Amino acid sequence: MTTETMVESDIAAILNNYPDAKRDALIPLLQEVQEKVGYLSREAVVKIGEHLNLPASKIYGVATFYNQFRFKPLGKYHVQVCRGTACHVKGSINVLSAVKQALNVSPGDTTRDGLFSLEVVACLGACGLAPVITVNGEFFAGMTPSKAEKIIRDIRKEAGVQ
Amino acid sequence: MLNIEINGKPFEAKEGETILEAVRRAGVAVPTLCYLEGLAPTGACRICVVEVEGMPNLIPSCSYPVGNNMKIHTHSARAVRARKTIVELLLADHPDDCLYCVRNQKCDLQTLAADLGVRDQRYGGEKSTWKEDLSSPSILRDPNKCILCGKCVRVCEEIQKVAAIDFIGRGSRTHIGTAFDEGLNVSSCINCGQCILACPTGALRERTYIKEVVAALSNPNLVPVVSHAPAISVTLGEEFGLPAGTDVDGVMVAALRALGFKYVFDTSFTADLTIMEEGSELVHRVSNNGKLPMLTSCSPGWIKFVEEFYPDFIPNVSTCKSPQQMMGAIIKSFFAERMKLDPKQIYSVSIMPCTAKKFEASRPEMMNNDVPDIDAVLTTRELAQLFRMRGMDLKNFQPEAADTPFGERTTAGKIFGASGGVMEAAIRSAYFLITKKELGDLNVEAVRGLEGRKEARVNIDGLDVGVAVVSGLGNAAKLLDEIRAGRNDLHFIEVMTCPGGCIAGGGQPLETDKAAIRERMKGLYKLDAEGPKRTSHSNEYVQRLYEEFLVKPLGEKSHHLLHTHYAKREVML
Repeated sequence: MTTETMVESDIAAILNNYPDAKRDALIPLLQEVQEKVGYLSREAVVKIGEHLNLPASKIYGVATFYNQFRFKPLGKYHVQVCRGTACHVKGSINVLSAVKQALNVSPGDTTRDGLFSLEVVACLGACGLAPVITVNGEFFAGMTPSKAEKIIRDIRKEAGVQ
Repeated sequence: MLNIEINGKPFEAKEGETILEAVRRAGVAVPTLCYLEGLAPTGACRICVVEVEGMPNLIPSCSYPVGNNMKIHTHSARAVRARKTIVELLLADHPDDCLYCVRNQKCDLQTLAADLGVRDQRYGGEKSTWKEDLSSPSILRDPNKCILCGKCVRVCEEIQKVAAIDFIGRGSRTHIGTAFDEGLNVSSCINCGQCILACPTGALRERTYIKEVVAALSNPNLVPVVSHAPAISVTLGEEFGLPAGTDVDGVMVAALRALGFKYVFDTSFTADLTIMEEGSELVHRVSNNGKLPMLTSCSPGWIKFVEEFYPDFIPNVSTCKSPQQMMGAIIKSFFAERMKLDPKQIYSVSIMPCTAKKFEASRPEMMNNDVPDIDAVLTTRELAQLFRMRGMDLKNFQPEAADTPFGERTTAGKIFGASGGVMEAAIRSAYFLITKKELGDLNVEAVRGLEGRKEARVNIDGLDVGVAVVSGLGNAAKLLDEIRAGRNDLHFIEVMTCPGGCIAGGGQPLETDKAAIRERMKGLYKLDAEGPKRTSHSNEYVQRLYEEFLVKPLGEKSHHLLHTHYAKREVML
């Protein structure tokens, strides 16, 4: 099976659990699909729309209202930058702009090579370590722009060696 | 009946109506930005707030039902101050470029700011910057000018059942866009332009081709030819201060000539031609067990709608090109041949009440040897703009007749401009084609009027024919769903994209409202009642076109020039 048909059957399986669903099932459906596939693809949005009899524009509108939904697959390394209050006070805005520049993507986006994806989060619950970023769930404390850049450089190097 | 008081005067309100409806019936003007007659209110803009005695807060009148003994103050100091603040807040994130705006002097926001006496910028700060969507051949979007009233979204979803656009994002990042924020050109947008008529600001406008037309008019190597759609002559006058429904055909022809058009034709001529082809096609389908019901194909928004949403009905759609494209095709074939012109020398312009016609003219099906049949489409609004640019006022012209051979029309072709007109013209001629006799009473009242759906049964020589007329694609969708579910008593269905037909098209004057549409419709039927020739088959020049060139309806030449085929279109729905 190709990845594409796998994703298709994943979505079909999720939709099968919601027979006769109405528009109120939209958000749980979006969450389940993203959980399973990693993001909301065009195909997924169209399939969900057909199932709930909702136009794609409406689904995209609802999904973009919430920060939790993404429309591009995650990178191999998923970077979260905390912009919560404590991190903000400790200068996380500079960390974020350094990461953005190093990756050359906006929050919510994935680098072209698929290596990194960037997400801005409101709080990671590790205020004592502020400013904080995570890479695939691993915490990096007391970030500065140059420390963050080094983390990204190291990952690139490692990926290059592999 | 509810007894209420509006600004100190007693008034009888109806049970179930909103405060806004009651005060407007009482003749009191309360401004609105997001209110859309006939659709459920959203209360998004709050401009319509009024003060109601005994209620602590201001009440959005558009979405609050009137109650017995209510004492309403529509223009209390508090209500007016609130309105002014709302406008000032909207302007805080609005480009101050009224001078350059397509809506200058026709903008609801600008009018409100002026009426409320907004004279300085009270709220400063950063403004949103959005990219314009210039992708569509018909409709351009500038989100910077959008005030998020949501009218375009509701018209697109609730009236047209297209839902190409919606609110995207949240908070200060909210904007209107398509699924995945793509260009309108690749979305499900059908280019009807009803959103432009609904928009209170300059956030939506047509793609204009005035520059191209002006260039062609001054190019000595080109022969500029123009043709005007049936609905134009009863609308254009409004742009020059004439009452809605006034027929300005003759003076418009004179003005078009004065612009520099070498030949002025009337698209109602090819409307007559459409009836000959489409009527023959219907007779052919009925007598050869063809696919029924047959669906009309004049309205390009509807064609794209079928391609996207109802591709299973494509075999039902008449293969006839629209009158615009038939005109384009015969100008660049028969006419070019007769005038000994290279089709490439001819610059063919059509004046349309429609933004989707711009898209239609750009379709690959509408080319002949890579030469487009129609080079540019101008809307009613653009034509008025072009006249004004040249200092021309329709009132200063003497009527002139259009050019032969495509300037001759019957009033059957003329009523194409109103919902029901194509059907009425088709019934008149189908009756003749089948029985060789004229229909006793040419008026088919059952298919006239502004209702979204009209149905009738017509007896043609013992054959019971079921016909339906729908306008507004929401109404079309409902009917197609009935047919999908097994309804089979209809033979012929006329579909117009815009509610009311071309007289209410997306290219019509921005002031278009229900009253204007009604008057334009009256104007068309008045012409028909007075017309010397009221059946398409009695158009002498159409008959001569068949004798000298096309040979016969559905013949080989017709097939090549006047007919086409459509296919399923893959877009995100």
